[in-house]
Amino acid sequence: MDKTVNQKAWFLVLPVFAVVAFSAILPLMTVVNYSMQDTFGNNQFFWNGVGWFKELLDPSTDLGGRFLASLGRNLMFSAIILAIEVPLGIVVALSMPREGWTVAACLVILALPLLIPWNVVGTIWQIFGRPDIGLLGYTLNSLGIDYNYVSNEFDAWATVIVMDVWHWTSLVALLCYAGLKSIPDAYYQAAQIDGASRWAVFKAIQLPKMNRVLLIAVLLRFMDSFMIYTEPFVVTGGGPGNSTTFVSIELVKIALGQFDLGKAAALSLVYNLIILIVCWIFYTVMTNAGTERPEKKGGA
Amino acid sequence: MARIDLVDLAHSYGGNDAPPESFALKPVTMTWRQGGAYALLGPSGCGKTTLLNLISGIVTPSRGKILFDGADITPLSTQKRNIAQVFQFPVIYDTMTVGQNLAFPLQNRGVPKAEVEARVRQIADLLDLTFYLDRKATRLTADAKQKISLGRGLVRSDVAAVLFDEPLTVIDPELKWQLRSKLKALHRELDLTMIYVTHDQTEALTFADTVVVMHDGRVVQSGTPAELFEKPAHTFVGYFIGSPGMNIVPAAVSGHEARIDGHIIGLHRNYGVLPAGAKIEIGVRPEFVNVAAPASGLLSATIERIDDLGRARFARVRVGDAKFSARVPPAFSVSDDTVGLVFDPAHVHVYADSRLVEGVA
Repeated sequence: MDKTVNQKAWFLVLPVFAVVAFSAILPLMTVVNYSMQDTFGNNQFFWNGVGWFKELLDPSTDLGGRFLASLGRNLMFSAIILAIEVPLGIVVALSMPREGWTVAACLVILALPLLIPWNVVGTIWQIFGRPDIGLLGYTLNSLGIDYNYVSNEFDAWATVIVMDVWHWTSLVALLCYAGLKSIPDAYYQAAQIDGASRWAVFKAIQLPKMNRVLLIAVLLRFMDSFMIYTEPFVVTGGGPGNSTTFVSIELVKIALGQFDLGKAAALSLVYNLIILIVCWIFYTVMTNAGTERPEKKGGA
Repeated sequence: MARIDLVDLAHSYGGNDAPPESFALKPVTMTWRQGGAYALLGPSGCGKTTLLNLISGIVTPSRGKILFDGADITPLSTQKRNIAQVFQFPVIYDTMTVGQNLAFPLQNRGVPKAEVEARVRQIADLLDLTFYLDRKATRLTADAKQKISLGRGLVRSDVAAVLFDEPLTVIDPELKWQLRSKLKALHRELDLTMIYVTHDQTEALTFADTVVVMHDGRVVQSGTPAELFEKPAHTFVGYFIGSPGMNIVPAAVSGHEARIDGHIIGLHRNYGVLPAGAKIEIGVRPEFVNVAAPASGLLSATIERIDDLGRARFARVRVGDAKFSARVPPAFSVSDDTVGLVFDPAHVHVYADSRLVEGVA
């Protein structure tokens, strides 16, 4: 087939290119520029080469120590909330009604936490968990459980995790519910006729058919939890000590607290890179696991 | 394996209190013998799938009972009914291999492993799936997937009946023939009661010993393919089965004579007493009406067109307002628009309000 060659078409791409350049490429290049320099204020910059990057990866330095520790906390946080939210979301989706007005009611109730702005969620739980006036904190303490997220690391973590589960399980549940709804009735009828138990139906039909939406759910939840900032910042401010200081909180401390633009720029580049790489790995692994490449008929 | 009795079985999706005319399946009583091959034939929406789902237990009837070998199984769940069903579209368990798919119904019922393996091999062999046994089922074509579905339906040897709900819809025409004859062979080989739902008369007539024709929620006739062809009990059966369908034309009938357009056609039997006030029609298959050169004593008709079906030619003719299909004998060459029609009196039937009237010999 002959295609018309028309190089003028490139001009049509120009406006988009300009917008992307100003909104993404230039700011990103500024960050790259900062990451190679050190500043002591007064808009004075000194060339530092890859110095910050070397420090970042070296746990014995202050910057590297803080970065790697917060990265570890972040990974642990993501792992825990995924381990809770994904199974819980599936269970919620499975126990939702299939028809009638209750469906709409369930969907609205599930969607509510998703509609609340991040720092409002943080504030809700910050107050909810306070031992003096919070419903949760006060109740727990009067039951004899010594709960205080301000002073106890475990309590702080528990609060942040429960808050995230409360906020985001709905998303996983809604995605799973959509996946479940798309399974034709014939599958359930066939399973009934084949004498499948409830568990077998789940394993042989529902889980495989939810494969795709679960991939999306895990990706979204991982990215979001890996970039979490507002909620723990509002509730614990990263404390007690540094125990709930995640990478983003550390980044803001360095950039805005200490005004160390060079360090902060280097950290944010590495942070960005990690998120990109992890998402790529997730996506590649899970799409390959989910979709079978068509095999040639006749074997061999 | 079981004899299946339907006793006054009826179903309405609107509940038992819905008006009788709105029932998806109007009350039906019939018996299907063990080991038979039955086809439920009818157009879309005639209630055939509803009837099938009632038997398999996917739908619970509004009224009536279903007996397997005399035992009432109406309240039992699908799992407990011991029935197999194959659906219109392939149902495949994605994570399993072809072999595991076939073994699934047996494993769920705790059949010993050796027995499962032997049976899976046998069924795979019959359906030419042996080669694929260790493959993931999701990678196969729609044809192969439907074969797996068929296999899962046939794998249990102890089922009361195997139900097929238009199982060949997704199959290519060429393979359809093969699979249909395969099913027929499997029926002989496995000695299972099979009930096959379809709207395709060829499928029904080639597969089944007994064809149950349904129309508007009612069973209008149940019989062998030959009976349906030669003696349709209802005008619907007449024109639904056969290609082209039966000629149904209003006529005045008395004694041994039917009168169309002032012309008298002889009848084989005597129709002395016909229900008063009923709509009287005669029905005759195009195969039993021949086109001939116009002559006095023959009903004269105008040819509208001639369809060459390969094995035979049929003329579309008009007599007054009534339209006929009639066979054009191989030797006959059409020279004029006007022809005469020759009826075979043995195959002219009389219908009162669409139902067959048995004459007196």
